This record gives sequence, C-alpha cells and structure tokens, in this order.
Amino acid sequence: MSAILERTAAPDPQVKKNYLNADHTLASWLLTTDHKRIAVLYLIGVTVMFFLGSLAAAFVRFELTSPRGQILTHETYNKMFTAHGVIMIFFFLIPAVPAVLGNFLIPMMIGARDLAFPRLNLASWYVWTISAVIVLTGLIMGGVDTGWTFYTPLSSLYSNTQVSLVLVGLFLSGFSSIMTGVNFIATIHKMRAPGMTWFKLPLYVWSHYATSVIIILGTPVVAITLFLVVLERTFRIGIFSPELGGDPVLFQHLFWFYSHPAVYIMVLPAMGVISEVITCFSRRQIFGYRFVAMSSMAIAAIGFLVWGHHMYVSSQSVLQGLIFSLLSFLVAVPSAIKVFNWSLTMWRGSVQFSTPMIYALAFIGLFVIGGLTGLYLAAIDTDVHLTGTYFIVAHFHYVMVGGAILAFLGGIHFWWPKMFGKMYNEFWGRLSAMVIFLGFNFTFFPQFILGYLGMPRRYHVYYFAPEWQFYHVASSLGSTILGIGFLMPAFYLTASLLRKDNVAPANPWGAKGLEWENASSPPVTLNFESQPIVTENPYNYDPIEDTNKVRREAGLPEIPREDPDKEVHH
Amino acid sequence: MATHAHTADPDAPAVYEQFEDIDQQQETYILGMWSFLVTEIMFFGALFLIYSIYRWQYQGDFYIFHKELDYVLGGINTTVLLASSFSVALAVHYAQLKKKRQQLLALGFTLLCAFGFLIIKAIEYGKKFEHSKFPNDTFVWDAAKYGGDPEHARLFFSLYFSMTGLHGLHVLIGILVIGYLMYLIAKDHPVITDYVPTELVGLYWHFVDLVWIFLYPLFYLIPK
Ligand SMILES: [Cu+2]
Repeated sequence: MSAILERTAAPDPQVKKNYLNADHTLASWLLTTDHKRIAVLYLIGVTVMFFLGSLAAAFVRFELTSPRGQILTHETYNKMFTAHGVIMIFFFLIPAVPAVLGNFLIPMMIGARDLAFPRLNLASWYVWTISAVIVLTGLIMGGVDTGWTFYTPLSSLYSNTQVSLVLVGLFLSGFSSIMTGVNFIATIHKMRAPGMTWFKLPLYVWSHYATSVIIILGTPVVAITLFLVVLERTFRIGIFSPELGGDPVLFQHLFWFYSHPAVYIMVLPAMGVISEVITCFSRRQIFGYRFVAMSSMAIAAIGFLVWGHHMYVSSQSVLQGLIFSLLSFLVAVPSAIKVFNWSLTMWRGSVQFSTPMIYALAFIGLFVIGGLTGLYLAAIDTDVHLTGTYFIVAHFHYVMVGGAILAFLGGIHFWWPKMFGKMYNEFWGRLSAMVIFLGFNFTFFPQFILGYLGMPRRYHVYYFAPEWQFYHVASSLGSTILGIGFLMPAFYLTASLLRKDNVAPANPWGAKGLEWENASSPPVTLNFESQPIVTENPYNYDPIEDTNKVRREAGLPEIPREDPDKEVHH
Repeated sequence: MATHAHTADPDAPAVYEQFEDIDQQQETYILGMWSFLVTEIMFFGALFLIYSIYRWQYQGDFYIFHKELDYVLGGINTTVLLASSFSVALAVHYAQLKKKRQQLLALGFTLLCAFGFLIIKAIEYGKKFEHSKFPNDTFVWDAAKYGGDPEHARLFFSLYFSMTGLHGLHVLIGILVIGYLMYLIAKDHPVITDYVPTELVGLYWHFVDLVWIFLYPLFYLIPK
C-alpha cells in the first residue's frame, strides 16, 4: 500500500492542456460533445438526484420509528416512498454507472477518441435532464402515491395525483437511456483500437455491452407501457383497466419484462467496476476471463426470461410460476461464476486494502447476501410467505445499494484521479467506505427479520405488532449512519478538487488498461496523444515486477524470478 | 487528430474526428441505425403483443368491430406506402451513383406519398370522431344494433388509435427527416457527399412501411 501512496506524491510541474482546462466557458460545457465532459455533467446530475432520493428515504425511515405513524399522514407517506423509488431507480441507479463511468471510460478503455455518436450523447444528457425536471415538478406539485411500479388500475383510474406528468417524464428518461445504449453498442462494435479484439476487452466493457443489449431490448417496452397508462388516464382508453375492458395483469407482465432486466442494467456495470478494481488491487490476472465476460452475456439473456417471479401471487398459473421459478434460479449460476472468479483472483494475490478495494470487497459480501436471499423469493412457496414484506425491501436494497451504489462509489474513487487529475484523501476514503458498509448492514439487516415476521412493505403503521418497533428503530438509526457515510465522499472528494498539492500522476495505482497506461490524468480532449495499439491481454499484472520496482527505487536487491523450465527438470 | 476531419480530396465525405476513416464511419452509422431499429421493433412489439392477446381472447367481437374500418382507404394507403418504399430505395440507388437530380426526385416522390398517407389517415380518423368511435368519454358503441361487447369495442378502438397513431407519428417524423435530407442534398452540404445518410433514412422509412404492412391486415382484414 505504502508504495502506491508514495507514487502519488510527485506532482507534475507544468499544467498541461486536458479536457477540463481546454475551455472554461459555460457554453463549452453545455454544448460539449466530449464524452468525458458529458460524464462530468451526468455526475453532477445523478449526485443531485441521489441526495433528493435519500431525503425522501429519510422521511420514510423517520416515520417508521413509531408504530402509529405520528409524523406523516398516510398520503404523504405514500408519496415519499414513491418519490424515493422513482428518483433512485430511474434517475440514479439506471444512469449512474453507465452514464457517468461508462461514458467516461468506454472510449478510453477501447482506445477510441470518443463515442461513436458524440452529439447523440449530449442529446441524451439533455433529454435526461429535462425528464428529471418534469418528474421533479410532478413530485413537488402534488406527488405520486402509486409506488414506483405504477400498477394499474390504481395508476390508471384511481390515483388523483400527478401520475401522468411523472410518467411522461419517465417515458422521456427511457429515450435518454436508449440513446446511451445505442451509442455504446456502436462504439464497442466499431471503435476499438488496432489489436483490441473482443477477448482483449476489459471486463468493464463487456459488462456494458451486455447492459446496452438489455437497454435497447427492454426500455422501449416499458416506455410504451407507461405511455399507454398515460393515454388511459387522459382518454380513458381501456387496455390495462378492468373497468374499461382491459387486463391489469398484462400491465404487470409488460412492466416486469423491462423492470426485472433493469436490475441487471444497474448491477452488470457495477460488476464490471468490481472486475477492474479487484484485479488492480490484487495485482493479478482475472481468474477465468472468458467465463466472467460470457457470464455478463448470460445474465443479460436469462434476465429477460424471469420476470414472472414478480407475479407468483398475481393470478399466474402454477405451471407458469414453476417455469419462471426454475429460470430465476438459473440466473444465480452466471452471478455465482463472477463471485467465485473474483474470489479466486484475490487468492494468493498481493491484496491492498485501498478505498476502491474496500468498496469492492463490501460489494462482494453484500451482493452475495442479496443474491442468496433472492433464492428465497425465486422459490414459489417461500415467496408466497415473503412477497410484499420487508424481506423483499431488504433483498433488493442489498442488491441495489450494497451492489450497485457501493460499486459506483468504488468506481468513482478508483477513476477519480483519472477523471479530475487529483488524489483524494485516502484516510477519509477508507473511513467512509467502512462507515457506509456498517451503516448499510445496520439499516437493512433488521429488515430481513421484519419481513420474515410479516411486516408489509409500504405500510406506515404497525400498531398491530408494536414489538417490531425495535427493528424499525435499529433500521432508522442505521440509515442515519449510512447517510453520514454517503455525505463524507461529497465533502472530501470536492475538497480534493480545491487542493493544489495532490496532483495525480497518470497511473497512481499502477493499473493496467489503456486509460491508465496510455493517457494522462486528466486525459487530453481526444483521450490519447497517439493512437494506442493493443498487444497484451487485459489485466496483465506482474506482482514480481511490482515488488522489484519498489526494491530498485529503495536500492535493494531484486527478487530473482524462478525459471519455469527448471521446475520441470526437478 | 483533428487532421482526420479533412482529407485531401475536397469531394470526399467529411470524416468526424472520432473515426479513423470513412469506412469506419459508415459502418458505425449503419450499425447504429440497425440498433435503433431494434429498439423500434421492441417499441411496436409491445403493442403488437397486447393486440395479439386481446384478439385471441375476443376474436368474434374484433370481427364485428373491424367492419367500422374502411378497408378501401386502408388499402390505398398500403399501396401508397409500398410505392414510397420503392422510391426511397431508388433514392439510395441514385445516391450511390451520385445522380443528385434523380435522387432528389425520388425523395420528393417519397415525401409526396408520406403526405398522401397522412391525409387519407386524417380522413379516416375524422370519420371515426364523427361516429364517436374515439375511445374517450364520448365513445359510443351501439351493441343492440351491431352486436359485440361495448367494453371490447372500446378496447379495439383504443388499440386502433394508439397503434395507428404511433405509426402516424413515425410517418410525420419521416417527413421531417426526408425533408431535412433533401435540404442538405440541395445545398451540397459536406455531410451528404456520400450515400450513407440517404441509406440511413431509407432504412428508417422501410421500417415505417413495414409496420403498416402488419397493421393493415391486423385491423382492416380480420377474418370471421
Ligand atoms: Cu425480478
């Protein structure tokens, strides 16, 4: 670890031109087609949305500290958890890793000067921002009380809240996501540098390829479905409301056809981050590269066949349930392949517990818990008991927060020196990672127990079982710790931008990859000084060379390499 | 890197800075367009799925309701769109041969067909509004006279208006895109010196036609 920190201490004397200081006007940011600048614009946007969504969650947790719900009325409570879900899912989790890190990294990792369609990329940010404004307007002017799932006929006929406005916003945000997906697919197919074959791609790029396939196949379906709900509210056309001749279960099918794979839109890019971080801080080649790459594609494919597990209690036939249950169990296989391969990558590696690595390790642990509890929900009989309870709430927060958000934070820390050319404070970094890990478990583990005991989700009272208050108070206390943990990076990362003595070198972690080895920190506007040519495999880490480099610098004798031929002749 | 944007030949098409050469740029554009069409297929696909489920459930009723639709006007519109598909293919052909006048004529004919389609569609919609067949609060279905369940009738016309309406919106977007392309060609804009932009617009237009090829029999030609 110390070796790595030392390398950060040498600041670059002359300030070079890079994508950040190329132009300082506001217009140069708002009209930029540079994928790196658009990533920064997205980073600002998703951060704002994240804190707004957290605020709504804070109200929810505050309300649940008392069994009688003495703080909010039930209508306000319904609007709060809906606001929390809508903002976090559509405006943080779905865009966070792809639109921030993906935008920044995909062209750099494959050795391209930009994404295939830079103007489309900028358009996607504008569409995203406009849709966020529309949704926030709806949430402020009355709010929505249907939950983020918008089940009909509540959303189509009965709810008197701002459902239409919010759904129009979500419809638009879908287009933003589609634009990004199309852009990534074209970029990964056609913009790779010479020598960058498919099986030399960093696993991060593979995971984004799988994600983009899900985005372009799934998002249009949910977009048109939500739009039909708007039409149903506006004109009373009858497609999903039984009163008008429609079928509400059809809505659920179409909604989950997208919204289950959407889980993988959130988690696959996160897994890509983990593959990069684990290899770098274990100084090892990834174990089973092709398996990890193909498991992303397998998750994308199988992920489209499991949506029915949300509908075991929605009048689905037992046979149908059985098939969906089996397919849902099947997704556990590629997910487990990834976890095993990450673990084996660390085995006998020189593991360094720096901030991104702590996030990555936290991800693996929490994702395993989230994944394994998913099996209880994939099995029909246990699901009938657990469906609609806090068990589900805990399960998907382990996957979404413990998985996607922790990986996002890990990725932000890992690539922060590359994005902004500044080192953050390592002590605060590690501390915040551990506070978040602790606060997270404190918040959500009690919810597994609550759910098992039968606490229904979306209720704001539990006076019928006051003994649950203990778990709710524990969860709310934990969420306070979690909130503090999330605020910490906002401060020390911002501080790192203002300080002058922490200039990052091109490759502070000694990481492999074109973005580290061939580009400066921050990169120049067109990414590379000269066209990179790829000859070696990804993650070609050499721990012996790492050690020898440190020893050479310290004037110590080098560790001799064992001659592989010698061993054979023993 | 910026030098990539300007090649020596002034007639050669512009290559944007993120691409190495014109071949990479063209291949990328065409792949991007096909990816976009995949999203369009899924977009309409959800509606076709909804249609199939309800048609399967209420086939008898759907047969009664479909008599409200004018299959002659629909048929004319099908012919109009097929002709426009042919002319847009011709436009791509002339673009490859760099015959600007013929290319503009072919695109102009396509544009004319698109307007014709929308006008006929508007006439059809007008009739439905007159007969209170638009599924809002004014919707009326005289079950005693024609048979069929009034709720299923509302469903049928909901599907009819949302699916043909979405298709009509795509025709409208097509008109804007083709119009803009013609403007660029007429002005000899540098992005248009090769055939790929016309090819991309052609791909989109063929998709729009193809959707109608499915919509026409599904709504206008329902068998008993
Ligand atoms: Cu699911």
